[in-house]
Amino acid sequence: MKLPCITGHLKCLLLLLMLCLSVLTINPVLAASGDEQFMNALQQLTAKKFNQKSQAISEIENSRHSQVKPVLNALLTGNLYYRKSDKVVFIVQKQDETFQLIDVLSDQQVAEVGKRTLKKISINNTLRSQLRSIIARVDLSDPNADVRRSAVQDMMKDMSLDAVNLLQEQLVIERSEIVKETIQVAIALYDIKSDDKATKLNAINALGDSVHPEANNLLKYVVSKDADGNYVENDLELRLAAQNAISTVETKLKIYSFAETLFFGVSLGSVLLLSAIGLAITFGVMGVINMAHGELMMLGAYTTYVVQLLMPNSIEYSLMVAVPAAFLVAGFVGILIERGVLQFLYGRPLETLLATFGISLILQQVVRSVFSPLNRSVETPEWMSGAWEINSALALTYNRLYIIIFSLIIFALLILILKKTALGLYIRSVSQNREMAKAMGVRSEWVDALTFGLGSGIAGIAGVALSQLTNVGPNLGQAYIIDSFMVVVFGGVGNLWGTFVAAMSLGVVNKFLEPWSGAVLAKIIVLVFIILFIQKRPKGLFPQKGRAGGN
Amino acid sequence: MAHKSIFMSMLADDRGGKIFLSLLAIVTIVLPLLNLAVAQDSAFHISTFTITLMGKYLCYALLAIALDLVWGYCGILSLGHAAFFALGGYAMGMYLMRQIGDRGVYGNPELPDFMVFLNWESLPWYWYGFDQFWFAMLMAMLIPGVLAYLFGWLAFRSRVTGVYLSIITQALTYALMLAFFRNEMGFGGNNGLTDFKEILGFSLQQDATRVGLFVITALMLAIGYLVSRFIVTSKLGRVVVAVRDAEDRARFIGYKVESFKLWVFVFSAVLAGIAGALYVPQVGIINPGEFSPLNSIELVVWVAVGGRGLLYGAVLGAILVNFSKTYLTAALPEVWLFALGALFIIVTVFLPKGIVGLLQQMKARKVKEQKNESP
Amino acid sequence: MKALDQVREVMRRDRVFNFMAQGQHPVIKGKVDVSKDIILYLESVSVSFDGFKAINDLDLYINDGELRCIIGPNGAGKTTMMDIITGKTRPDEGSVYFGQTMDLTKMSEYEIASAGIGRKFQKPTIFPEHTVFENLELAMEADKRVWITLFARLTPAQNDRIHEVLQTIMLEQHAELKARHLSHGQKQWLEIGMLLMQNPRVLLVDEPIAGMTHQETEKTAELLTGLAGEHSVVVVEHDMEFVRSIAKTVTVLHEGHVLAEGSMDEVQNNPKVIEVYLGE
Repeated sequence: MKLPCITGHLKCLLLLLMLCLSVLTINPVLAASGDEQFMNALQQLTAKKFNQKSQAISEIENSRHSQVKPVLNALLTGNLYYRKSDKVVFIVQKQDETFQLIDVLSDQQVAEVGKRTLKKISINNTLRSQLRSIIARVDLSDPNADVRRSAVQDMMKDMSLDAVNLLQEQLVIERSEIVKETIQVAIALYDIKSDDKATKLNAINALGDSVHPEANNLLKYVVSKDADGNYVENDLELRLAAQNAISTVETKLKIYSFAETLFFGVSLGSVLLLSAIGLAITFGVMGVINMAHGELMMLGAYTTYVVQLLMPNSIEYSLMVAVPAAFLVAGFVGILIERGVLQFLYGRPLETLLATFGISLILQQVVRSVFSPLNRSVETPEWMSGAWEINSALALTYNRLYIIIFSLIIFALLILILKKTALGLYIRSVSQNREMAKAMGVRSEWVDALTFGLGSGIAGIAGVALSQLTNVGPNLGQAYIIDSFMVVVFGGVGNLWGTFVAAMSLGVVNKFLEPWSGAVLAKIIVLVFIILFIQKRPKGLFPQKGRAGGN
Repeated sequence: MAHKSIFMSMLADDRGGKIFLSLLAIVTIVLPLLNLAVAQDSAFHISTFTITLMGKYLCYALLAIALDLVWGYCGILSLGHAAFFALGGYAMGMYLMRQIGDRGVYGNPELPDFMVFLNWESLPWYWYGFDQFWFAMLMAMLIPGVLAYLFGWLAFRSRVTGVYLSIITQALTYALMLAFFRNEMGFGGNNGLTDFKEILGFSLQQDATRVGLFVITALMLAIGYLVSRFIVTSKLGRVVVAVRDAEDRARFIGYKVESFKLWVFVFSAVLAGIAGALYVPQVGIINPGEFSPLNSIELVVWVAVGGRGLLYGAVLGAILVNFSKTYLTAALPEVWLFALGALFIIVTVFLPKGIVGLLQQMKARKVKEQKNESP
Repeated sequence: MKALDQVREVMRRDRVFNFMAQGQHPVIKGKVDVSKDIILYLESVSVSFDGFKAINDLDLYINDGELRCIIGPNGAGKTTMMDIITGKTRPDEGSVYFGQTMDLTKMSEYEIASAGIGRKFQKPTIFPEHTVFENLELAMEADKRVWITLFARLTPAQNDRIHEVLQTIMLEQHAELKARHLSHGQKQWLEIGMLLMQNPRVLLVDEPIAGMTHQETEKTAELLTGLAGEHSVVVVEHDMEFVRSIAKTVTVLHEGHVLAEGSMDEVQNNPKVIEVYLGE
């Protein structure tokens, strides 16, 4: 699922290439650009006449130097000065009475002088608008879509015909959907103020296609009344069009916000699923109430931390190493627990609950003693940070996206293991009839140990995923253990699909409740719901069937 | 006379109980004397701090008895019993909050400080009446009782048993913890209720008040023990154990099993509520942390260590574990969780009947050996 | 006029309001309506677990005071039938009546038990941590509501009754022994003793002689036949010798259905029964 990311990069590359090409064809001189041309042009800014300055500004732009933007920005905000003595241009930061001179090339502070030694490079309105459009143009040609987008956002605040033209050009070559959308909004924002009714109408309809917040505001303005109770827009047809557009936008916004909540819900559900399936195995298949399950997850998270410490230069790949490592570490600890304690307690589920709770306390304290009680920070690899921005109303963060996919993969693997492998066959046989399985020659104690190891290992993997979402600390496990139990119990013990359905539905319900009840209350409501549900159906959503499951 | 004979017969074959009650009586008389009557610089002086600490242990002991009734006798492993304790504590805390009156930081005669801080205009309706001691005490028993009744009615009627029940009791206390953490609930949120000044007009800072609270706690513990003992030795007690051991059998000889479970559960919750109400004025604070599932499970370990199914076993466990906790968390804070964790494992694997069970076993072996030697 | 009628209707002394009558069962012991001489009706009862029909259109009538034996191969639905009568399992279809009036399908286990149907399980189920005496005390016919139980004290009459039963089940010496220390056969006896203490109208006895010595078996047969008449006894048993020794009427169950009914000889000569038992 690196796909959106890669295609994104590809797009950017393409764009960059095209931009280079276009610039090259327009102005071949540029090829020989460098500090020299830039500095020359800068020098010309010290000229007296505005048309000379305008010329200089154009040349500065053409130099395509990396410092073009800061310099022009400084000029626009009145922070560009030259030293009277040698006419060297500086960016100036005023601090109280003194002026700090910043070298235009290096961005370093070079001197601190009084006001008298400097002269400001003054500009007029023509230059100002020229500067604005140049800055915008520079930004618009930036390879990063975010920069381009924010440039358009900036331009929106004060649209001019020049800006519109610029954006029209950009619209042709722009590849990023979200930037395109922003540009369209920006153009519509200008057009809507036009006197021509047709243009206005077009603009309104264009705004109806966009979910940009500014678009919605503007449409609402069109249908609003002023202080005297008169409509701002006199033309009824336009108002109706705007009204239509508003309802389209709102429907779209509703759909997108629904999609977003659903996404959050599914991602929460995936986390629940990851943390609960290990438990579903140990609880459902073996009848062991593993209160240390959360701590096994915590061990997985700490394994991620240690792996990153060991390979600080390749954080990008650390998770690939951490997943199997966490599985092994947690699985090993799980087998130790099973062999060391639980094997003496089979058939006494409440005792396993207490003993494993003791183990969880010990594991917590071990981690506290070894790593300190404070939270450790686990780094997020580049490819997991950021978000996939589908449009201005819907953005899916990569870490959640990957966790959803990851949990589905783990779930599918687990089903495969249980259905298709010899171990799975043994596990199922022992869980259904231990005595019979023994009689058939299954070494049930090994199956128990491996089953518990498998469940624990999955907890470790869940820990890796959690390390990307929350703080990694000794209490990490406690936060999830009750939720995980709720999922297993709600889904029906011994039924992995039940666990899946329960995790997803609880996650989604939780996220849909949150907007109107708040996060904590949502959680409480879900808990109370499960408590009531268990009273109604003590065996969960999908109870194990048949005589054996009857009592 | 009749009552006396009942109590006598109740304790007739309860050696552990007699020892416990005698010890309790001695402690209740001697400790206050050593605190109030012996000069501060004397080697025999017992500090008020120690008295309060002991009072805390006795509250825990009462709570342990409550859990032992449902777990040891009725086989319901509640992992949410600290919730009832905390609810009782909150009821007392609300009374103590109202007693502060205008001596709070904001000096509002009606509203507790945290409500003033949250810009609340008036007292929420559920705070009404808590300025009356009798009402608050009634609520300290009623609220845990009603919650237990509702919860138990639903759970037992639909035959939620064993591990499932344990897990949903845990969910219950967890949900309550989350709820009480919310400022909007009107119970002081994160900080809970604290800065108490006086109870029934007695300043909580005074030694005499503290000693008084200790004595009352000891009395309540004794009464709680006797009443619980009365219950477990009654026919109802035998039915409850029967339900624990063979629920279906009990049902098929005509007992409405869920009613018995419910009765014991509610009684136990009320007892836990009383323990909580006694606890709060002594420690001076009640906050949502008391609802944390960890507390409930720790409580289970007290009972397990002492020996479940024996009331004085629960008392012994509560005092022993908490004494070690106080000692270890002060002396070797790192070790405490290791010790507690190990305790869980050792008790469940090696000592299913707790210390008292171990003692009984040893005694039984001795008797056997003597028998073998004598003939 | 109409309103007045309604008021009159409401004020009628003998009126039982619907909302009060609903779900109420006349669970007064000894008040079973056996006017038709039949104490237990099972009519077209079916129940299935997960597609498997454990009981299939079963019709069974037990006469008041009769001793009935029920036999059948494994999985014939004998235990499930008892589960249905005692309320442990609810039938998918059909009706189950105790006497003429009590609908057992709408009563819970304890109500059925207090109405006068006692049951002995296949696996001896007693209270292991109670003494033999206490086991009997708990089973004893009494008001079994919670608060009353809390303050209940043994009357001398009840004490005598317990000792009487202790004698009958030959456990008098072990009265103060915890029940878990008893042998398997003794546990069977104790459970029968508990049934006796309940003093039910109908006794459902599931494999009473498993694990018993020959003498104990004989004693059991004697006891059960002695009980018949005053009580109705339904015995499920595999041991044909035993069944022959006690039964007047035998019902053969097969695949959840009554295959044959009659005296032991009739049943044994029934070709369908022979086929089922001996196979093809």
